Amino acid sequence: MKHENWNGFNAGKWQDEINVRDFIQNNYKEYTGDESFLAQATPRTRDLMKKVETLFTLERQYGGVLDIDTTTVSSLNSYAPGYIDKSNELIVGLQTNRPLKRGVNPFGGIRMARQACEAYGYKLSDKIEDEFQYRTTHNDGVFRAYTDEMRLARKCHVITGLPDAYGRGRIIGDYRRVALYGVDRLIEEKKKDKAALAKSNFNTEQIRLDEELFQQINFLGFMKQMAAMYGCDISQPAKNTREAIQWTYFAYLGAIKEQNGAAMSLGRVSTFFDIYIERDIANGILTEETAQELIDDFVIKLRLARHLRTPEYNELFGGDPMWITEAVGGMSEDGRTLVTKSSFRILNTLYTLGSSPEPNLTVLWSTSLPSGFKKFCAKVSCDTDSIQYENDDMMRPIYGDDYAIACCVSAMKVGKQMQFFGARCNLAKLLLIALNGGYDATSNIHIGPQMPVMNTDKLDYTKVMERFTTYIEWMANLYVNTMNVIHYMHDKYAYEKTQMALHDTYVDRFMAFGIAGLSVVADSLSAIKFADVKPVTNEDGFITDFETTGDFPKYGNDDDRVDLIAKDMTHLMITELRKTPAYRDAIHTLSVLTITSNVMYGKNTGATPDGRKASEPFAPGANPMHNREENGALASLNSVAKISYDDCRDGISNTFSITPDALGRSEDDRLSNLVGILDGYFSKMAHHININVLNRETLMKAYEDPEAYPNLTIRVSGYAVNFNKLSREQQREVISRTFHEAM
Amino acid sequence: MSLVGRINSIQSLGTLDGPGIRFVVFAQGCNLRCGCCHNPDTWDVNKGEEISSDALVDKALRFKSYFGSDGGITISGGEPLLQPEFVSDVFELCHKNGINTCLDTSGGILNDRIQDMLKHTDRVLLDIKYTNDEDYRKYVGCSIDAPLKFLSYLESASIPITIRQVIIPTLNDTEENILKLRELVSPFKCVEKIELLPFKKICKVKYDNLGIEFPFEKYPTPDKSTIDKLNSLLNV
Repeated sequence: MKHENWNGFNAGKWQDEINVRDFIQNNYKEYTGDESFLAQATPRTRDLMKKVETLFTLERQYGGVLDIDTTTVSSLNSYAPGYIDKSNELIVGLQTNRPLKRGVNPFGGIRMARQACEAYGYKLSDKIEDEFQYRTTHNDGVFRAYTDEMRLARKCHVITGLPDAYGRGRIIGDYRRVALYGVDRLIEEKKKDKAALAKSNFNTEQIRLDEELFQQINFLGFMKQMAAMYGCDISQPAKNTREAIQWTYFAYLGAIKEQNGAAMSLGRVSTFFDIYIERDIANGILTEETAQELIDDFVIKLRLARHLRTPEYNELFGGDPMWITEAVGGMSEDGRTLVTKSSFRILNTLYTLGSSPEPNLTVLWSTSLPSGFKKFCAKVSCDTDSIQYENDDMMRPIYGDDYAIACCVSAMKVGKQMQFFGARCNLAKLLLIALNGGYDATSNIHIGPQMPVMNTDKLDYTKVMERFTTYIEWMANLYVNTMNVIHYMHDKYAYEKTQMALHDTYVDRFMAFGIAGLSVVADSLSAIKFADVKPVTNEDGFITDFETTGDFPKYGNDDDRVDLIAKDMTHLMITELRKTPAYRDAIHTLSVLTITSNVMYGKNTGATPDGRKASEPFAPGANPMHNREENGALASLNSVAKISYDDCRDGISNTFSITPDALGRSEDDRLSNLVGILDGYFSKMAHHININVLNRETLMKAYEDPEAYPNLTIRVSGYAVNFNKLSREQQREVISRTFHEAM
Repeated sequence: MSLVGRINSIQSLGTLDGPGIRFVVFAQGCNLRCGCCHNPDTWDVNKGEEISSDALVDKALRFKSYFGSDGGITISGGEPLLQPEFVSDVFELCHKNGINTCLDTSGGILNDRIQDMLKHTDRVLLDIKYTNDEDYRKYVGCSIDAPLKFLSYLESASIPITIRQVIIPTLNDTEENILKLRELVSPFKCVEKIELLPFKKICKVKYDNLGIEFPFEKYPTPDKSTIDKLNSLLNV
């Protein structure tokens, strides 16, 4: 197949089938130089960004939400076109008719939409309330099917963050397809798939898919209409860079108008855009400056993306992140790097537009990346604390070279794999429940197998492990079943029509489970094994505290005695999860990622044998507990690197804070040492790292005087936040984390 | 047969003691009592913990992937020259395992055993703490001749050297002192670099914990501009 808008591109099988990877592989031009070619922001960009900054300030002053349209249900065509400054925008399109005005999306659950409106002084309109009286939401469906035990697990917070009241997210549409093929071709291919399906025997699975295809085709049509409202015809392939970025953005915009999923990630677009930029520069249509301008304008739009959340949700996640994750860099399977000039350009937006948590820029690190790019990444980390790194050398053999990251650390092949996201099990709480024989002393709830309390004078490691294993078996089964309910209902009542239209018709599915409190559990079990732990019981005979005497190895010091306990826990958990089949034959995966909810998990968890007091925060993700590291930064990294990615295919998050002085004396030393740390860490088969290069004093100043640091961005667990959007408690927790310092 | 040494502690990420990323071992015990010392906990030769050279190198090897082409192990202290056989054994083992070795020393002692050890040393970070004998005797407790003799030996053995001096305002922060330092080391071809380190007082807490007085507490710390200015005198 040929199209005139493809002129100048190398031919390949991408022309005859939907295959963006093949297009990229046949057309991209790797870049192995340094950042010296980059352009600065143009006056137009600076003016536009100034307007956006003003809007951000206003939004903050309005308590976090600038405006809500309470009378319209968010969808692709439900709002008139919106602009920041129409005549000065190169890439257009907003979620509603005005920047930062939030739409309501009750498909996940009407109650959450109602509460969110009320929290900010609005009232969900009677019109929407009436409409949804006769509609089943995802939330309605889930609660019809939840068992008593599922409700109890939710209530006592042993499983938290279940996506049962809003969109599940973590699905990445291949938004690039719209730019490369145009919507008409995508519809045509989906129609072919539907026709082919009609020839098979119709069972539940096939009927469901058949209806889903109908919806996908329908929403591709809506996407065209949405673009038409902005004066763009996206039925055909993009013919230049501006259109390629604009078409891709329309596809993403359609997705976030339709869905309010927790994480609405972008995928892997920069090297794809680079092919168009190279063609336009060769044709004299574009210069470096105007190329950067287009990327800048696109990123401005991404920074404006918002969903309406309740204040509780915002408190949990430190603001209202969208996890607009863009995977940058990595290597091709044939050994070329996938780094292009546009990999630099997208990172450069942290300079042209200033540092920012969104989009969530994620560098796919390979030890083989060109040194110029490595060094630039290190510089961006040192200057902005806004990017994260994930191990391309480890993921590429599993997902190929066209995967992206959903949310923080969840890898998937773009347009070919999706995941059913869900929640975290609070492993530290589960340990306490096990010791108490099926009782959660924090919530006063009896749950799980009922057994005697382990109130001996000294906890015996073997007996504790035996008991804990029993509870993990129970929990794993309950957890899978709970997720099955959620995703059955989400498919039924809130199916992602736009995003799934941008996937292959036949996709692989993951079901992504999570654990919180890994370091607390590892240290607690180590204390039981190597020191003396005596449970302290209350008047009812339940354990509420521990007396721990003697020293014990602590996770974070490269000490196998305890690090392997942590590794074994994740192995045990995933092994047990796999025993209960997942909905739609999904493949079970596990993450060690808490985002900022480690504070909340700690709050809901009693004292633990490692010496952590009741309600003290956990360490985030797979991090060692704060300030228990005694052998310096690399020993801490080595400990985390031991957690196996084979057990935790949904990601292992590590957040690392280091002072500039500890990285070296000169800037040059600091950059090359940071590169060395990343190369070394990822060579050890570690999965992920957030890098913050800053002094604790800076955070303390920002804590005292937030107005003086409006844009201070820091990486937390798997994503970045604006420091000021964290709750006071989260800010204190971030300040209390280990900062690796110079001696 | 693996030798046993006495160490104070380990820092897995060292970026300030030698080139690249370094696994830094702080040897226990010191023959000097410098007023500006930031590791008073390493002074007592009987404290710290024992470790065999095998075990120590095994630990270092866990960090080899971070070392890249420049990094490696640095043995600092304390004074590593007090345990030459042990350090020699560690360095020899490191070389067998492809790890670059670096010695951080005050250069106060030189004997056959130390000369043997230096055969396995890729680089020496040598403190020249002051540029005159009077200050040396007053603030360090030895003659300036000792480190200069050590320096001459390194020159004869062709071992690359980084000269280091802690800059303490009012004691050695003058341009004159830095020019003298430059002059002092200029005959030695093995000196590749001179590093001026700002005097810091964060070690005060260590003195407090040990219940001893921090001799240089009274001196101010230098500001960055002083260090930059003095450094510029070296870059000619």
